[in-house]
Amino acid sequence: MDAVEQKQTRTPAELMAIVEALIFVSEEPITVKTLADVLEENKESIQAAIEELKKEYEDRDGGLQLREIAGGWQISTRTEYHEEVRKYLKTRPSAKLSLASLETLAVIAYKQPVTVPEILEIRGVQSASAIKTLLDKRLIVAKGRKETVGRPMMYGTSKDFLIQFGLKDLSELPSIEDFEDIAGSLQ
Amino acid sequence: MTDTQPEQFTFDFFKEQPQIVAESSDELKIKLGAFAGPLDLLLYLIKQEQANIFDIPVARITDEYLKYVRLMKSLDIAVAADFLVMAATLIEIKSKMLLPRDPFAAPEEEFEDPRQELVDRLLEYEKYKSAAQMLYERTTIEQAVFPRGRIESDENNAEVDASVFDILTVFQKILARHRDEVQMEIQREEVSLADMIKALKKRIFDELELSVTAFFEEMHSKRELVTAFIAVLEIVRTEGIRLIQKKTFGDIVLKKV
Repeated sequence: MDAVEQKQTRTPAELMAIVEALIFVSEEPITVKTLADVLEENKESIQAAIEELKKEYEDRDGGLQLREIAGGWQISTRTEYHEEVRKYLKTRPSAKLSLASLETLAVIAYKQPVTVPEILEIRGVQSASAIKTLLDKRLIVAKGRKETVGRPMMYGTSKDFLIQFGLKDLSELPSIEDFEDIAGSLQ
Repeated sequence: MTDTQPEQFTFDFFKEQPQIVAESSDELKIKLGAFAGPLDLLLYLIKQEQANIFDIPVARITDEYLKYVRLMKSLDIAVAADFLVMAATLIEIKSKMLLPRDPFAAPEEEFEDPRQELVDRLLEYEKYKSAAQMLYERTTIEQAVFPRGRIESDENNAEVDASVFDILTVFQKILARHRDEVQMEIQREEVSLADMIKALKKRIFDELELSVTAFFEEMHSKRELVTAFIAVLEIVRTEGIRLIQKKTFGDIVLKKV
């Protein structure tokens, strides 16, 4: 087959170039698996190519960065140039989430899948409107029902959450116990 | 990128704390409304009083707390029931603290501080409050990062997510059409919601993509239509199925994610 022949003839430099091209055209962060499937290469060589590419971007110190986000890879501008980019795009930072929504989101992110009564337990306040906002913004999604009295809906964070908060995956969130020290230090 | 965090993004959550010193009552209203909940207000008061969270002066804090709740009421801020629940909890703790210890209690029996539960809740809450601050910082940094330009047009972005309102519009259109048709309902067919969901689920799994319009059109009676509509809402909510609209005002399809 053509593809197999091609695979054998790809040099590491070529593979890097192809991987870069695919990451560039992808609308969403592209996963190593997708790259491996499309290019019929094994994941290890894709991973190696990405690492090399990432290093290249860092060494070049240009306006772009290659970064891992929401389980995939993405090319984006660097934070340093946000003012100029924003000026050109004529955009403003989008509306910030309210304190209540951020708190609710924090509880959901750390406790997922979590039900509304469980969120109430921690926050000490009804979170219905915050949950609605988060659902509207697609930061959280319903994750089925909990098999308990009343079968309450459980919520968890979405892929959009990872993207909007610049996270590779949920494990990249600092452990909730780390905040204990921060909270304690405020006393 | 997070470790090379530029200075303009550092944000001091605690400086942004609502201050209850305000010039006008309107200003006060806004600032009081800024507390995320009763625990937030309580933490604020404890800090304000420079009290130790592990040794809360309950009487003083309760008085302060009640003062704010009254203030909120007098300013016509809808005092959420949760604030009142906390007030009741504080009063209960305060009264328990006033009671002398049971002299007949076995001395080895550990004295349980009536404040303990509240302290635990406050500490737990404070962790999430800090986590919320972390999320705030992250999203601020993230807003300074731009991916390759996305072209948001119907032609280039074939799949526009449809909202519940879009599907409601489709539903109303079909309902209106049904109303026009002269129809005699002779037999009363009862379709349960569970059956409808099951049928709909099967259709989506078999056909991969199902037009909402086509599905609604298949219904014979208004009753069935309503059941079908609820089934669509339910399935989208619970089954990881998405409503997708290929273009504005276009047909909405149900698709498994």
